[in-house]
Amino acid sequence: MEISPALLFNAIIAGLLLGGFYAAVSVGISISFGMLDVVNIAHPGFIILGSYIAYIVNSQYGFDPILISLALSPLFFLLGMALYRVYYLCFEKRGQESLRGLAFFFGILFITEVVLILVFGVDYRTVKSVYAETTLRLGVLDFPLRLVVPFLVSVAMVVGIQLFLTHTFFGRAVLAVAQDPLALRLMGVNPVRIKQFAFALSIATAGIAGAFLIVIQPVEPSIGREYIGLVFAVCVLGGMGSIWGTLLAAFVLGLAESFTSTFFGPSWAPAVSFGLLLATLAFRPSGLFGR
Amino acid sequence: MSNRLFAVVAIAIALAIAAASQLIANEYFFSAAYTVLLYVILATAWNILGGYTGYVNFGSAAFFAIGAYTTVALFYAFKLPLLVTVPAGTAVAGLAGLGLGYLTLRLRGVFFAIASLAFAVVLFTFVVNWDFVGGARGAYVLQPSEVPFGLPRYIHLLYSVMVLMAALALVVARAIEKSAIGRGLAAIRDDELAAESAGVPTLKLKIFSATVSGALMGMAGTTFPYYLSYIEPSSAFSLSYSVNSIAMPLIGGMMSWMGPLIGAVLLGTVQQLVQVTISSAWNLLIVGVLLVLFVTLAPNGIMGWVEAWRQRRHR
Amino acid sequence: MSNTLLEVKGVTKRFGGFTALESVDLVVRPGERLGLIGPNGSGKSTLVNCICGVLRNEEGVIRFEGRDIGAQPTHRRTRLGLARSFQIPKPFVSMSVLDNLRIPLLYAARQHEKLATDRIADEAMRILRQVGLADKAQARSGGLTQVDMRKLELARAMAAKPKLLISDEAMAGLSASEVDDILALLSQLKQQGVAVIMIEHVMRAVMKFSERVAVLVAGRKIADDDPQAIAANPDVVRAYLGE
Repeated sequence: MEISPALLFNAIIAGLLLGGFYAAVSVGISISFGMLDVVNIAHPGFIILGSYIAYIVNSQYGFDPILISLALSPLFFLLGMALYRVYYLCFEKRGQESLRGLAFFFGILFITEVVLILVFGVDYRTVKSVYAETTLRLGVLDFPLRLVVPFLVSVAMVVGIQLFLTHTFFGRAVLAVAQDPLALRLMGVNPVRIKQFAFALSIATAGIAGAFLIVIQPVEPSIGREYIGLVFAVCVLGGMGSIWGTLLAAFVLGLAESFTSTFFGPSWAPAVSFGLLLATLAFRPSGLFGR
Repeated sequence: MSNRLFAVVAIAIALAIAAASQLIANEYFFSAAYTVLLYVILATAWNILGGYTGYVNFGSAAFFAIGAYTTVALFYAFKLPLLVTVPAGTAVAGLAGLGLGYLTLRLRGVFFAIASLAFAVVLFTFVVNWDFVGGARGAYVLQPSEVPFGLPRYIHLLYSVMVLMAALALVVARAIEKSAIGRGLAAIRDDELAAESAGVPTLKLKIFSATVSGALMGMAGTTFPYYLSYIEPSSAFSLSYSVNSIAMPLIGGMMSWMGPLIGAVLLGTVQQLVQVTISSAWNLLIVGVLLVLFVTLAPNGIMGWVEAWRQRRHR
Repeated sequence: MSNTLLEVKGVTKRFGGFTALESVDLVVRPGERLGLIGPNGSGKSTLVNCICGVLRNEEGVIRFEGRDIGAQPTHRRTRLGLARSFQIPKPFVSMSVLDNLRIPLLYAARQHEKLATDRIADEAMRILRQVGLADKAQARSGGLTQVDMRKLELARAMAAKPKLLISDEAMAGLSASEVDDILALLSQLKQQGVAVIMIEHVMRAVMKFSERVAVLVAGRKIADDDPQAIAANPDVVRAYLGE
């Protein structure tokens, strides 16, 4: 097949732009799974929930979806607080988190999807924004704004979280609780509160990422499942809990998917993230950048 | 009761049920019962790796589909009948369980669970792109016009086969549960490090468990292409199989062979009723909600309640 | 050389930039009672985990009955005759006390002894009587008292019919009489010819029990001598009381 430079470069650009978005989608899992060891397999469900909420407000009032999600992120934060409380009381405290916690979150994911189907049906939903239709053209290179804007905000969000974790008291407490909860307790900080806060943060990022998603592509309830592999692949590849690792792994995955889609066809795309995940788990579980 | 005796009793009951049911006039009974029996096998199989060993498999649908598509592939390639495709599909699914287990059971349970989900999606993508078995368009597997054993319609045969397979799955599960291997698996579930330190070859047993579990789940799928005479990837790989195979043992009780049976019969029947009266989406919602409720409030399921009630009576 | 049961030579274990064990040497002879002491964080549990195969040491060699066992998985080492108890007891909570012992009897003990399957319950009861848990045989192993859990831990290790048993802080946090209970239990093993490595902080127990005491400080072995000499060793005293 004739591979023109334009095709190649556009595949690269699309991959990088997508990668930034993937980082935003996965940063929550890096926190909840990578740092807190909570297997929140329902994370993609909250992303889709965020997409639909952005859709509702956007179709009613016409506000920009990304701004909507940022404004509504406290709601997701509170939801995360509540969810962690249930998880902690029912599972973590009793030491049952491996089997039962997994089943719990799987059930939550499932319920989210089915409720969305019941309320919205299986049709694809999309949003209207000022930049949705525009594409910047630089020579042969295409920069669709519907990819560029989420990319910029995604990267900003991920970098913001990394800075928060390393430069604020609360953020450093989160990093500490991942490494040594006992030491934290000895310092007078309640690890459970910190974990609850961190988990809530991860859910808030999911809600925001949902808005990015629906700007990039139309959304329907079962899309969440495709992202399970993606978020865990990025988290594992990136070395479990390293935000920079997450960013890099997200770019790797974005490029891999973009190339697969361009040169082998889009029907193979889901296999990329899941296949990479499977391969990583089988052969190098510490990830590309892991400790 | 020894394994041999239980097997004889189970097969006898299965044959009796299959024979007696032929008298039922309502045709719908057979397709509904087919589905419930399918879940009995899936739930029992899942529980061998899930409840007995403590490793959650999110990809039950993939093993089910392997059984189904092996039947399709062998039918298209060599026109092989059910008699051959059932053991073949079971074997292929077993090999898949072995492979997945070998690659990922060295890791923590969490990673195995995620890997199993990844496996299901990768397999789904392959099947969608595999034209020989119809790909996304689906494949037709026509029911033979002549029904063996003089049964009135083909669904009666499928139903009877499923009853026997369900009995087989229960026999296998019970045999494992009561054996030394079953004790080893329980030790792994309770505390893998302590089990390993007590001399249990944890990796070997886990892989064994995954192989048997996968094989039986595949067995459940081998008759599926004949059920509707048509199969396509989305329905074969339906998430509903994965969720139900987790929810049913959880609700019934994961510690013994009786739990998945109870859970499958109860939840399966409820779902059939809801599907007919309300809708299939509500059906799935009920499964999801029950799953979450039971896992948070009654983690030992119905068998757990029975056990607790029995212990209270003893005092 | 042929009279050593366990030989640990030059074992080094690192976690990233942190060296938990630095070139540790240790020898245990058949039937010997060795005490292993050291301040918290000195590497005692890490050493046990390396010996048992839970962790892989980067350098050094571990030999059991003359054979290099470095490549053997943990369950293989147990079958060879190396058993351990855990500092924080890890009972098989879904099983009764008796059934807990079935596991090592089924999977490890049968390497050394002819044990017919129907004799396993009897053998388990015998061990339970030995440790004083016979009356709790049918109790749920998750609901035991602290001292009973420690006894169960040791009973489970004993049920593997080991040649060497490593007891990891079985007495931590127990009352004086409970400590004596455990001590009596471990002393019985001498009569059975089982070598014991006792890791403890309860000094009177270590001194009373051990024929030899090794001291680990910050990943290094700083002393290896009979109990009296250890008690008088200024380096040891300094390590425990600080500078």
